[in-house]
Amino acid sequence: MHWTFTGGGPHPVGMVTLGERPATRVRHTPRPSSVQLKIVMAVSGALALLYLVAHMIGNLKIFLGADAINTYAAWLRTVGEPALPAETLLWIVRAVLTVAIVAHIVSAVILTRRAHRARPIKYAHRPPVKGSYAARTMRWGGVIIVLFVIYHLLDLTTGTLNPNGVSGDVHANVVADFAPHRWYVTLFYAIAVVAVGFHVRHGLWSGLQTLGRSSAAAQNTLKGVALVVAVALTVGFLSVPFAVLTGLVR
Amino acid sequence: MRLNLRIWRQAGPEDKGRLVAYRVDDADEDMSFLELLDVLNEKLVLDGDEPVAFDHDCREGICGACSMVINGQPHGPQKATTTCQLHLRHFRDGESITIEPFRAAAFPVVKDLVVDRGALDRIVASGGYISAPTGAAPEAHATPVPKANADRAFTAAACIGCGACVAACPNGSASLFVGAKITHLGELPQGQPERSDRVVRMVETHDAEGFGGCTNTGECTVACPKEIPLDVISQLNRDYLHATTGGRRTA
Amino acid sequence: MTMTNYTDFTIGGPVADTAAPAGPVEERWERRRFGVKLVNPANKRKMKIIVVGTGLAGGSAAASLAELGYQVSSFCYQDSPRRAHSIAAQGGINAAKNYRNDGDSVHRLFYDTVKGGDFRSRESNVHRQADISLQIIDQCVAQGVPFAREYGGLLDTRSFGGAQVSRTFYARGQTGQQLLLGAYQALERQIDAGTVTMYPRHEMLDLIMVDGRARGIVARDLVTGETRSHLADAVVLASGGYGNVFYLSTNAKGCNVTASWRAHRRGALFANPCYTQIHPTCIPVSGDHQSKLTLMSESLRNDGRVWVPERAGDTRPPSDIPESERDYFLERQYPAYGNLVPRDIASRAAKNVCDAGRGVGPTGLGVYLDFAEAINRLGRAAVAAKYGNLFQMYQRITGEDPYVVPMRIFPAVHYTMGGLWVDYDLQSTIPGLFVVGEANFSDHGANRLGASALMQGLADGYFVLPNTIGDYLAGAKLHPVDPGADEVRATEHEVANRIETLLSIDGNRTVDSFHRELGHLLWDQCGMERTDAGLRKALDRIPELRREFWSSVKVPGTGAQLNQSLERAGRVADFLELAELMCLDALHRTESCGGHFRAESQTEDGEAARDDEHFSYVGAWEYMGQGEPPVLHKEDLHFEYVTPSQRSYK
Ligand SMILES: Cc1cc2nc3c(=O)[nH]c(=O)nc-3n(C[C@H](O)[C@H](O)[C@H](O)COP(=O)(O)OP(=O)(O)OC[C@H]3O[C@@H](n4cnc5c(N)ncnc54)[C@H](O)[C@@H]3O)c2cc1C
Ligand code: HEM
Ligand code: SF4
Ligand code: FES
Repeated sequence: MHWTFTGGGPHPVGMVTLGERPATRVRHTPRPSSVQLKIVMAVSGALALLYLVAHMIGNLKIFLGADAINTYAAWLRTVGEPALPAETLLWIVRAVLTVAIVAHIVSAVILTRRAHRARPIKYAHRPPVKGSYAARTMRWGGVIIVLFVIYHLLDLTTGTLNPNGVSGDVHANVVADFAPHRWYVTLFYAIAVVAVGFHVRHGLWSGLQTLGRSSAAAQNTLKGVALVVAVALTVGFLSVPFAVLTGLVR
Repeated sequence: MRLNLRIWRQAGPEDKGRLVAYRVDDADEDMSFLELLDVLNEKLVLDGDEPVAFDHDCREGICGACSMVINGQPHGPQKATTTCQLHLRHFRDGESITIEPFRAAAFPVVKDLVVDRGALDRIVASGGYISAPTGAAPEAHATPVPKANADRAFTAAACIGCGACVAACPNGSASLFVGAKITHLGELPQGQPERSDRVVRMVETHDAEGFGGCTNTGECTVACPKEIPLDVISQLNRDYLHATTGGRRTA
Repeated sequence: MTMTNYTDFTIGGPVADTAAPAGPVEERWERRRFGVKLVNPANKRKMKIIVVGTGLAGGSAAASLAELGYQVSSFCYQDSPRRAHSIAAQGGINAAKNYRNDGDSVHRLFYDTVKGGDFRSRESNVHRQADISLQIIDQCVAQGVPFAREYGGLLDTRSFGGAQVSRTFYARGQTGQQLLLGAYQALERQIDAGTVTMYPRHEMLDLIMVDGRARGIVARDLVTGETRSHLADAVVLASGGYGNVFYLSTNAKGCNVTASWRAHRRGALFANPCYTQIHPTCIPVSGDHQSKLTLMSESLRNDGRVWVPERAGDTRPPSDIPESERDYFLERQYPAYGNLVPRDIASRAAKNVCDAGRGVGPTGLGVYLDFAEAINRLGRAAVAAKYGNLFQMYQRITGEDPYVVPMRIFPAVHYTMGGLWVDYDLQSTIPGLFVVGEANFSDHGANRLGASALMQGLADGYFVLPNTIGDYLAGAKLHPVDPGADEVRATEHEVANRIETLLSIDGNRTVDSFHRELGHLLWDQCGMERTDAGLRKALDRIPELRREFWSSVKVPGTGAQLNQSLERAGRVADFLELAELMCLDALHRTESCGGHFRAESQTEDGEAARDDEHFSYVGAWEYMGQGEPPVLHKEDLHFEYVTPSQRSYK
């Protein structure tokens, strides 16, 4: 026999039980939903981006001289005093940012795991497709950024890894950091900043798309805006070590 | 023309499957890609082998049945073209071509290049409609629809449900497919009453079927034979946000 | 000429449509609806209906029946109900809305359809369909079908297929797709509600009859190979047309006659099998590998001019042929209508010039459809705006740019007007077996007008069947069928045996090679022009071919798996039986009418000459067993409102 044969319908017909349905796969709905996760990604990413922009602008004060940036750093700690206790603003920003980054990473991890489960088998032959490079490097780029942020905090916030490490003397710390013989620090910094640039280039556009603010007509404009922001951010951040390296800032 | 094919052969869902090499010497550049497989299959049958199973029906780019990944691209290299409408004049004599099934956990392989895309139907069943029981309709001209909305609805409604977007997406997401239906029905006045319910339910089913989440890589729209634009995903997100936060429905 | 066995047939008693009400034509549907017995809502829930097919007819029927409260099981051979071949309809759907104020009315649509069908359809049915056309548009708009609209937001229409009023509603070139998605979504909604059980990738292989009534089907699960019976209180066939008997047609590759043919073998009469429609504007065949033909919308003939070289065997490229050596043969032969003559006339004219050796393209089977004049007159941009997507499709398939080189077109089989005989209630001659859509012998007579198949399918599925099927169910007093009953078992075994036979022949010819040969034969002898001698030749060859098939076909693999060769083998086996009946029907009908052109019956100008005195009837054939002469039952046609006249397009 070549075929399986099972005779007979499920029931005598004429009086049939209601709702006889073929067995479908048992499904459970994963929570949070994929769209909710994306929204968390976008909102938390946007907060991080706002912070980065502010941070970058702050950094540029180094070009106005040691006093300017040191005063600015001190101001960040004293703003609001005496009405508010010292470092209030700083801690609010740190708290919001930490929550955002944690939420961002957690969502990214969940989405990534779901993506791997949804596409367990790779194609034998897959040429690079037209999707952008930035889009494909979000996950690894994100990891590089996180590693860098940890180092960066130990370096310039706590001073632990900084050769100068004098709290409050931002200018000297930075100059010491990017001294030419410490080229590897500068290189790591540069890689991380470029990673941020790529990440923001796709991320900003993607976030806007996620938050439902992109229409067919606006898409190219938005991509342009994301690119401009990403480039500005990259150039702004890179200008500091570059200036130290070339002796423009000393 | 001569073509070297590497085709995914898999006897059934449980089989592991592998790529098998075949050579077709008498291909013709006026042939469609599926006709190339027909020619190969006729040979295989006469040689006592099993022909390559693949889904197809209309062979004019509208039913959405044909589904294969050609050299890593769902529906092959030609833009806005289904496999059945792809012709061999887009390949070089002597070229090697790798043919694989659509890959996604939600599309289990049935045999060779045939996959089960029932998940897409179940997404539609969970909300991709307007409840308009037969006989209950008002006069068609009772509700004018601005041309711009009608046109956008049509553009989105052109989706043929082929699943190439899923096959192309590195996250295995069906967001382009879902977004297309959300946009089609959401642009029309008739679609408003169920708009919030629809998006929440369709997204729920989408996730439950094991499709991944979208990260806006944009590879879906590149692969889509009907060029469904990416902004339908934006529309999907917007409607979802509105439905779950706007108080129109508690998710 | 000797009469062989299979050209024999006997004439049986007349068949009458007893469900059709009398009275003024515009009141008949109203009367019938009032006349039907109703099923109590509580009982509906206990009644099960099988619907085979999910195209416009089946999809709309299954959804509507489920909404009424019946339990529905729906079957299609594709992986999803959304892929039924209705998806491919391009042009549009007719409705007598008269939104243009251009003189349209239900009566005019009725009149045009009866006339277009060359007076071989029933007035009652055609009128009902014209009447329901109004509700169809309302229903589809409510479902969200994105019909084309004008700037004011109201629905746009166009004139189609030579109609003098603008009554065709459309959604770009994808009307069938959009209408089908509407029906599909309604169907999916019922599936989710649990009122419809969907069986995709299932093929009906036989009809189960118990006590003379249709009580179920035997279907094969195309994935697992399991064949099993599904029982019900009534069976609805919505399995589409049989144009694929010609191998090359504009139908989808899977379109088949199996569901209808199996029902025919169980006793349902098959009406007018020879009525087939050939569409004039398709992309010509490019070689032996060709697997199907692609339709190019008829609207192209509004601006394109059809021509061939004047001299036979002229192989110069079209640009080298001067105006004076071109023959714009439609404009020459039909000065009044020119390139816009009806489908059958345009098709036959193209065939004639090709037969005379003046065809163009590599195979000589093609004529030019030239837009040079239109591009000059309107500008390239205007032509692109109208036909851009069609030009693109043409270029994708042929690799030629129609803006520069004239298109090549050739007629192709497109639609089958014949099908299972049904009464006014759409019930076949088997009680409990209903047939809707292209699968029935339809309301189109001998020729279908453009944009009216979609109308018929949706009229049947949404509005007619849900009203009439209750009359049967309410009156039938059905008892539950025991799945172990002899009739059920016997049918299951027949199906199983047939599958086993197909797999065990293990000969040396593929299924497709038989299908191709059958298709060629039919195209030559039972295609655009039919002759006594040709039909007899076909009737000689078909039984031979059938024997060869059953002794030398090769079907690899097993039955316990997805086996596409086996699926095709079963379909071709049924085509091999149907083809014989088609030729016999064509042979017996010695008149020409609509799509059926008998070379012996033409006017002096070469037009189809009807013979109303002898052939004003529906020819409904009864199956008497394989190789046995069938019996012809005639249903006489009466025309009270539209007086039969000879068509003229000069
Ligand atoms: C290219 C093209 C263009 C057209 N354009 C127009 C147009 O512009 N306007 C117009 O009015 N008409 C047009 N027509 C005609 C019209 O589309 C069809 O007549 C109509 O759609 C048929 O609908 P249906 O529901 O009867 O069958 P189909 O849509 O063919 O559906 C048949 C169904 O039956 C199922 N089925 C078949 N056999 C079996 C089986 N053995 N077991 C289980 N299931 C089975 C299939 O799976 C499918 O679901 C066109 C036709 C073609 C081919
Ligand atoms: C493991 C670490 C990380 C991963 C995997 C990751 C991944 C992603 C992804 C996938 C997106 C796109 C979200 C969407 O689809 O809308 C995104 C957006 C974004 N990410 Fe990250 N990210 C990581 C860490 C970071 C860090 C550390 C920062 C900043 C300091 C950051 C800043 C952003 C920004 C600005 C966006 C854009 C969102 C918006 O503008 O609204 N990300 N990230
Ligand atoms: S969105 Fe495009 S690729 Fe995805 S299913 Fe629809 S037509 Fe196919
Ligand atoms: S076979 Fe229908 S879209 Fe390709």
